[in-house]
Amino acid sequence: MKEVKLFLGPQHPGMHGNYSVHMYVDGDIIKKAYPLPGMLHRGFEKLMERRLWMGNIALIPRICVVEPDINEMVYAMGIEKLGNIEVPERAHWIRMIILELARIAIHLMSFGGIGGPTGLYTASYWSIADRDLILDIFEKITGARVYHMYIVAGGVRKDLPEGIEEEIIGLLDYLEKRLPEYEELILKNPIIHARLKDNILLPEEVVWELGVTGIGMRSAVDKEYDIRKVKPYARYDQVEFDVPFGPYSDAYTRVSYKPIEIRQSIRIIRQSLEKMPKEGPVRVKISTGSALRWTVPAGMVYPVIESARGEYGYLMVSDGSEMPYRIAVRGASYPQGLLGVEKYLPGHRIDDASLWMDTMGVCAPEIDR
Amino acid sequence: MTVDKSVFSPIRAWKYLIEKPVTIPKKLVFDTPREASDNYRGFHINDWTTCVGCGICAEICPTNAINMIEIDSLEQSTGNKPERPAIDYGRCSFCALCVDICTSDSLSMSKEYIHLSKDADTFYFLPESDGIHQIDFDKGYDRDEVSELLDLERYEIDETPIEGRNESFIEIIRGYSKEMAIAEASRCVECGVCTATCPANMNIPEYIRSVWTENLEEGVDYLYKTNPLSNVCGRVCTHTCETACVIGNRGTPVAIRWLKRYIVDNTPKEDFERVVLSNVSEKINGKVGIIGGGPAGLSCAYYLRTMGYEVDIYEERALLGGAVRYGVPEYRLPEESVKEDIEMIRKMCVNFITNTKVGRDISFEEIRNTHDAIFSGSGNWIPKKLKVINVDHKDIRFATKFLEESRDYSRDMGRMPEFEDDIIVIGGGDVSFDVARSLARLQKIKNGKINIKFIARKPIEFLAADQEEVVEGKEEGLELRLNRSPVEILVDENNKVYGVKVAKCTSKLSENGKAKTTCSEETEEIYAKEVFMSVGSDPDFEYFSKEMMENLEMDKNKIIVEENGQVKGYPWLFAGGDIVRGPDIITAVADGHKAAIGIDEYLYNREKI
Ligand SMILES: Cc1cc2nc3c(=O)[nH]c(=O)nc-3n(C[C@H](O)[C@H](O)[C@H](O)COP(=O)(O)OP(=O)(O)OC[C@H]3O[C@@H](n4cnc5c(N)ncnc54)[C@H](O)[C@@H]3O)c2cc1C
Ligand code: SF4
Ligand code: SF4
Repeated sequence: MKEVKLFLGPQHPGMHGNYSVHMYVDGDIIKKAYPLPGMLHRGFEKLMERRLWMGNIALIPRICVVEPDINEMVYAMGIEKLGNIEVPERAHWIRMIILELARIAIHLMSFGGIGGPTGLYTASYWSIADRDLILDIFEKITGARVYHMYIVAGGVRKDLPEGIEEEIIGLLDYLEKRLPEYEELILKNPIIHARLKDNILLPEEVVWELGVTGIGMRSAVDKEYDIRKVKPYARYDQVEFDVPFGPYSDAYTRVSYKPIEIRQSIRIIRQSLEKMPKEGPVRVKISTGSALRWTVPAGMVYPVIESARGEYGYLMVSDGSEMPYRIAVRGASYPQGLLGVEKYLPGHRIDDASLWMDTMGVCAPEIDR
Repeated sequence: MTVDKSVFSPIRAWKYLIEKPVTIPKKLVFDTPREASDNYRGFHINDWTTCVGCGICAEICPTNAINMIEIDSLEQSTGNKPERPAIDYGRCSFCALCVDICTSDSLSMSKEYIHLSKDADTFYFLPESDGIHQIDFDKGYDRDEVSELLDLERYEIDETPIEGRNESFIEIIRGYSKEMAIAEASRCVECGVCTATCPANMNIPEYIRSVWTENLEEGVDYLYKTNPLSNVCGRVCTHTCETACVIGNRGTPVAIRWLKRYIVDNTPKEDFERVVLSNVSEKINGKVGIIGGGPAGLSCAYYLRTMGYEVDIYEERALLGGAVRYGVPEYRLPEESVKEDIEMIRKMCVNFITNTKVGRDISFEEIRNTHDAIFSGSGNWIPKKLKVINVDHKDIRFATKFLEESRDYSRDMGRMPEFEDDIIVIGGGDVSFDVARSLARLQKIKNGKINIKFIARKPIEFLAADQEEVVEGKEEGLELRLNRSPVEILVDENNKVYGVKVAKCTSKLSENGKAKTTCSEETEEIYAKEVFMSVGSDPDFEYFSKEMMENLEMDKNKIIVEENGQVKGYPWLFAGGDIVRGPDIITAVADGHKAAIGIDEYLYNREKI
């Protein structure tokens, strides 16, 4: 047997973020895999300890480039919990709209992203273009397309711009019409069936062993484990939505959950727009004084939310000063993206490595924080 | 979902041939760039006419992308530093926290988002009101009240209720509670613009921080670095710093004066004393005589002692403190506060020689002969008089004398001064309000009712007095007769004063920003049994010899001195306070400090010769 070493990433269209896996292959079967993080290590957690509570808002969205808002949300929730801060009602609903729009954006991106590893590039073009329509909405609400820095402790940074509700509804209508086309293109496609069905399995034991959450877990253990359901935050307990789950997790099942979840997000946004108070405050200040002197009472909390890849949380410690004492990020892709790659990527074929990364849900900076 | 096995499925794909592509051609991206949203966080815009160079944008910036650059064409002025922010777009994260916190409302972001260059150094810009490329893009993101990062409103300080305030000389301001003081201190952004305006350049942001961090001992240390009369100044300083405070650009300035007071009032006495007295030095061979124990003299004495000099203060009156002890009424400055400040200076082993008027009880020459240098801070104690008919009438009362008596009465050192039950006060400045409001209290205590007419040339908005004085004076029962200029003191056939004849005046803002007052021929008589005049005072230099008086360089009635307080032509003589420039305590304190340094330099260099 002759082993060949191959690099997947950090510069590779099939790689998710600046991350790399060193693969030892025999023929086209991966024998050993060593994940190599550190490519985009910016020391997020350490940097946070040297930034003001408010200043961190510019840093944390970068911990997951494609779904930045979850960082803003857990961070805000942590501060609110530490400081016993009551968020204004309207802000809760605005936050949900933002978070679900973000979920749609990343699901679209990775749903279409399956085009890269399978050669179905049309899917990628479509999904990136449609995601852009969501970014347009984000730009109008928050002033930026990707790093929104919008959900802040105490509420949101600004109220919604006038007339944005209609634009959001228009976008949702469009996406609903568009989804069947995606399904036609992707889920009914023989290539996809050939590559994804009964491939890259995620058995229940592995879920428990590694601590996989999100779509991976739900599709494997037949349980509706979604933080929005089991430990609702914002106003998720006041909207109706379903969470897909099942007992058999192959790459195809996991991909096929994405359009289902997108539809549920659309449902949540529609309800939010309807139920939210039409006016009222959207932010309370977390502390007296200028933002340079905002402090957060001492304590330790672990707020969690459901990201597109599963349970996302920050362990936050405050010593009562104007900067966090320590923040540790629980990136949802950590279990599968780091431990999983090493243990369970071997045995797959080289050309499935990218599919593995995509359908398991890996966002590199979450690991590299 | 199952695979679509229909033979027609490939045909369905053809429809996309005639649909608009989802991608945009590269040419369009550059030829007709997409317009950003109204809220877009693009490159910065900074309006230099409103920017005050406080540097807070740089302070909040989480990526350290902002540097403050000194601009030669700009001038330092009250509340304005000649600096403007430059932004390194290699670091900027476009978070717009700088915009949300900008103290002057000058900074915003634009819809501009393209800058292309191979040279990394070109990503550094000094934005102006037309952006970074001077191509006038529309405004994008701007702060609103939700995204605001400053705390604009002042936290209320506890005061005695208006009701009953005019029945005693009890201090009006009661002070901040700990919670309120910390909240107020948290509003400061530490820009230091105030420090530049304070005559003594007090370490304001530093001592405010010590309130915020609850480290009051450190606060005391900072106070005494530049001001040994912090208790006094924490109560009655003219607080020009607050006029400069950048928080005042969009809100109410930080209550700098009250925070200083909070430090002094709330540091345990032993700690306070330990910190202050730790500054005393061993006595060295050098002795300085000081004429006048007012703020200038006291400050000079304090700093000379920190350097080790022996100090004698000669004071005409029974108590030290000058106008602070014999002028400012107790409802603004309780006796206890002045006493504490002065006690601290006494404990530094400064010799207080009271009830000794230089020129009467001891000659200037004698002091000169027994000391290595002299500092004079004798203040202004001879009342000025208006040029009106009958102004020399013996019954006209003047501010200085009356306030001295009134203050002695309120500190139980004298009888209640004599006064009538129907009084006119002529003035317009702070001192005249001290007179009128003290009289109001005395009338209330004695007669149970107040009858005081306050006459001034200008309308409220142009009065020299602090607006607070006017408001509170009115609340306490003063009857304001403004826009009236006295022309004659009315005296009856029995040679008794019975009122004032005034001309009616109007004031308006002139081009130089000052009020211009013109008075008409039309007059009016205002009647009262007694007239008090408070229109300023002049120095008394009788203690200088004739020869010196001839040689001293003067500007009107002020002595001209060097930057360090040294009197021209007399290297051993220094002067400061009201006799040099005035007009307030903190200036006198600063003068005393500067002179102490000047004296030290003079004596040190003299030793060497
Ligand atoms: C009624 C009043 C209210 C004021 N209120 C305020 C205020 O709220 N805030 C503020 O900042 N400023 C205020 N001021 C101004 C402030 O008090 C003066 O600017 C300051 O006291 C000047 O200090 P100084 O040391 O130069 O002189 P002074 O305070 O006038 O002290 C001079 C001292 O020298 C003594 N002296 C004079 N001649 C002789 C001599 N020949 N021999 C020995 N001793 C002599 C005097 O008795 C006096 O004690 C007020 C002034 C007055 C009159
Ligand atoms: S915060 Fe505003 S006023 Fe201060 S320097 Fe920056 S731009 Fe100028
Ligand atoms: S008191 Fe005002 S001017 Fe002074 S440092 Fe604080 S914010 Fe700046």
